[in-house]
Amino acid sequence: MAQTNGSNILGSAIKRREDPALITGKGRYTDDLQLPGMVYATILRSPYAHATIKNIDISGAAAMPGVLGVYTAQDIVKSGIPGGIPVGWLLPGLKIPEHFMLAKDTARYVGDGVALVVAEDRYTAHDALEAIVVDYAPQTAAVNLSAAIQPGAGQVHASAPNNIAFDWEIGDKAKTDAAFAGAAHIAHLDIINNRLIPNAMEPRATLADYNVATGEVTIHMTSQNPHIHRLLMSLASLGLPEHKIRVIAPEVGGGFGSKIHHYADEALTAWASMQVGRPVKWVATRSETYITDAHGRDHVTTAEMALDSNGKILGLRVDTLANMGAYLSTFAPAVPTYLYGTLMSGEYDIPAIYCHVRGVFTHTVPVDAYRGAGRPEATFVVERMVDEAARVSGIDPAELRRHNFVQPDNFPFQTQVALAYDSGNYEGTLDLALKHIDYANFRVEQAEARKNGRYLGLGLSSYIEACGLAPSAVVGSLGAQAGQWESAVVRVHATGKVTVYSGSSGHGQGHKTTFAQIASAELGIPYEDIDVMEGDTGAMPHGWGTYGSRSAAVGGSAIVMGARKVVDKARTIAAHLLEAAEEDLVFEKGKFHVKGSPDQFKSIQDVSLQAYLAHNLPKGLEPALEATAFYDPSNFVYPFGTHIAIVEIDPATGQVDLKRYLAVDDVGNVINPMVVDGQIHGGIAQGVGQALYETAVYDSGGNLLSGSMLDYAVPKAHFLPSFETDRTVTPCPHNPLGVKGVGEAGSIASPAAVINAVVDALSPFGVTHIDMPATPEKVWRAMRGGK
Amino acid sequence: MGIPIQLAVNGKNVAKEVEPRLLLVHLLRDVLGLTGTKVGCDTSQCGSCTVLLDGMAVKSCTLLAVQADGGKITTIEGVANGKYHPVQQAFWDSHGLQCGFCTPGMIISVVDLLERNGNPSEDEIRHGIEGNLCRCTGYHNIVKAVQSAAAVMNG
Repeated sequence: MAQTNGSNILGSAIKRREDPALITGKGRYTDDLQLPGMVYATILRSPYAHATIKNIDISGAAAMPGVLGVYTAQDIVKSGIPGGIPVGWLLPGLKIPEHFMLAKDTARYVGDGVALVVAEDRYTAHDALEAIVVDYAPQTAAVNLSAAIQPGAGQVHASAPNNIAFDWEIGDKAKTDAAFAGAAHIAHLDIINNRLIPNAMEPRATLADYNVATGEVTIHMTSQNPHIHRLLMSLASLGLPEHKIRVIAPEVGGGFGSKIHHYADEALTAWASMQVGRPVKWVATRSETYITDAHGRDHVTTAEMALDSNGKILGLRVDTLANMGAYLSTFAPAVPTYLYGTLMSGEYDIPAIYCHVRGVFTHTVPVDAYRGAGRPEATFVVERMVDEAARVSGIDPAELRRHNFVQPDNFPFQTQVALAYDSGNYEGTLDLALKHIDYANFRVEQAEARKNGRYLGLGLSSYIEACGLAPSAVVGSLGAQAGQWESAVVRVHATGKVTVYSGSSGHGQGHKTTFAQIASAELGIPYEDIDVMEGDTGAMPHGWGTYGSRSAAVGGSAIVMGARKVVDKARTIAAHLLEAAEEDLVFEKGKFHVKGSPDQFKSIQDVSLQAYLAHNLPKGLEPALEATAFYDPSNFVYPFGTHIAIVEIDPATGQVDLKRYLAVDDVGNVINPMVVDGQIHGGIAQGVGQALYETAVYDSGGNLLSGSMLDYAVPKAHFLPSFETDRTVTPCPHNPLGVKGVGEAGSIASPAAVINAVVDALSPFGVTHIDMPATPEKVWRAMRGGK
Repeated sequence: MGIPIQLAVNGKNVAKEVEPRLLLVHLLRDVLGLTGTKVGCDTSQCGSCTVLLDGMAVKSCTLLAVQADGGKITTIEGVANGKYHPVQQAFWDSHGLQCGFCTPGMIISVVDLLERNGNPSEDEIRHGIEGNLCRCTGYHNIVKAVQSAAAVMNG
């Protein structure tokens, strides 16, 4: 065991304390919970992408033995609750269509909820779905993103002409157009960012228990942010007062964004419990998650980059259509705007940028944040454009990047698209990555291989990301209907043991380990004596949860602030007990001693006991030893790095073999290197999945063809190599831990690295771009001039 | 109409009357309360439901409980002979899990893999666990865990 006390604990690869339960089957996820009298809910879903609902005949289902109730939208309306599924991020001119918990008269995507069944057991609840007869009148569906804005396309909402949900821009159009007018080289690419399906391994699930006597409902659910779910359940869906709703996230089996959002299904389950007066469980089948979990990405983009004759980037012009799906999911409008357009400067000093984005409704599953959320899409545009710019200008891609990087002495750096980068050393990670991969030697090897009919390619991706969105006032001014601070309660018990309550809500990240490391370092109390609790609105103050790589930077910082308040109070008590002045006390390794007299001390455990006994406290001081902190950061955090992929392509089959994948990241200070590396690995796998394997496919009628794990290629172990990782450390200057974020970095950097490698490998065939995923068929055709 | 079945689950004899269509995984989870075995898909792809039936790894979402009649089942709850099976210990030591949802099925598959091939290469490991999906780890540390477990089990 690593040292578990004092400052060394930050940076230690301590094994996770979460794991003994998880490796023995003792982890309790939502579907593992059973309550007395529990019954099951299922939801009937539209098989049509766009249809008028003429009639729903529930009589057959309602008459089945074991069926307790069958409900439609009309029943929810009659119950008098608001019944809404709201959007939590507003943009100027945003069209906000009504989104009700069940479709009222129109189904707008395959998967749209039409009726709700409650039955005594799982199997009966599923059987009853088959007995509901719905009379649909199918209508023209708008499925293809580019076609949906054309005249004559099916209309998703009457309130949104031409299916335009919003029309948004950032940057300076005139200045950017002027930059292009004087350019020596212009790179141009049409880029599709493929639609993805999250596939957290645990399907979404809810167990709701309404207590008729108290009027309270307890909702166990697969949530990344229980307080947000409680807030939206209260305000928009159930209409119950916020303090009468308790949302608990037990073990949660991954999220990747898909468990941020407030869906109808969880609200329906809670409402069902209110109807039948018994605990109700709903568990999505995997096929159901494919047509209900918010999808990710799905952009069609035209991008142009202007350069001078020396390869200095003069301007970047981007025009994007972003698919919203059929309704506006919780944070959907933010993803292709403030999380996308603002990142168009990448790691580069680009003097003129203009980014125009239109959000488009289609008759498909709503699209929202998925690991990286806007930043992978932006990074893919920027890093593909830099490679294309290198090609048209004849400059080596590594050198073109180096030539345009924001320099270490230019921080804070104000980009042309709103963000102010706080710190960085971009050349540092590029150089380290090139050294590890032996760049010069690779080019020799590549040239040799080509002579022998072997096609190797190397792709760079020098990325920056903006995560830990903040401060709340700025986020609010951009349209967020949420704060972005975080809470912590640091409670030192009488015996000096500690419980930390965090408003973050982990679902695989290892917070119970890393947050205890943070508290131990601050309090000087052994790591083993500190427990961390999360994910229960009944147990901790309001928090905003875990997404956007915010938990260490914002949630962890809140713990630091709470612990420092505790230490301040303990110092006052220690000074009183030692009959010394507070300013004469030194706090070291959990002990307060008088400066120069280390033998005269009170440990923080001595102090906590006295704080609880309260027999001898300084006059006027409250008993007990705990503190609550609400931490609102002053800025985003900006992790960065360079990833390199090396591929070999089989010219006979078009198969891409990912031979090496190297990541050099800078995520600031590292709390637990084992956990940080694990986050990078997982992110890379998802990004490689996007680049080579995964894509959501709809037919022209709006049927999801890739609607199960049979048809959608979640990467298997043998699809991936082992990864090589290294890092540089540039501490974040504005939070007390000096940490940045790490949860999304891998998925942000890797799609561009892999596709740049594929295009490099295919360059002898005149290929200048390939859309994701680079499947064997697509590669094979590209090698043959698109035929 | 219940069909009587008898099986041994983690060394204990179990006799139940079950619906003919009851899936083995639901017998284990909902009837016997052994919730360590997970359900992650409905098409036999994810492997979260993997258990040992007469020593062989099977996907318990794809077997009816009646098909397991007379069989010996080992779930994650019963795989250790002591506190942890070496494979469980290796997953912990190597950070071979994050959210933990795929982990019980993954561990059972690896126990089966190492039973058949005590010293697998990286390629054999990656192909050996192709019936189990993990969305968190990118498999990097799972591969390391399998290598480390193999080394321990080979003494």
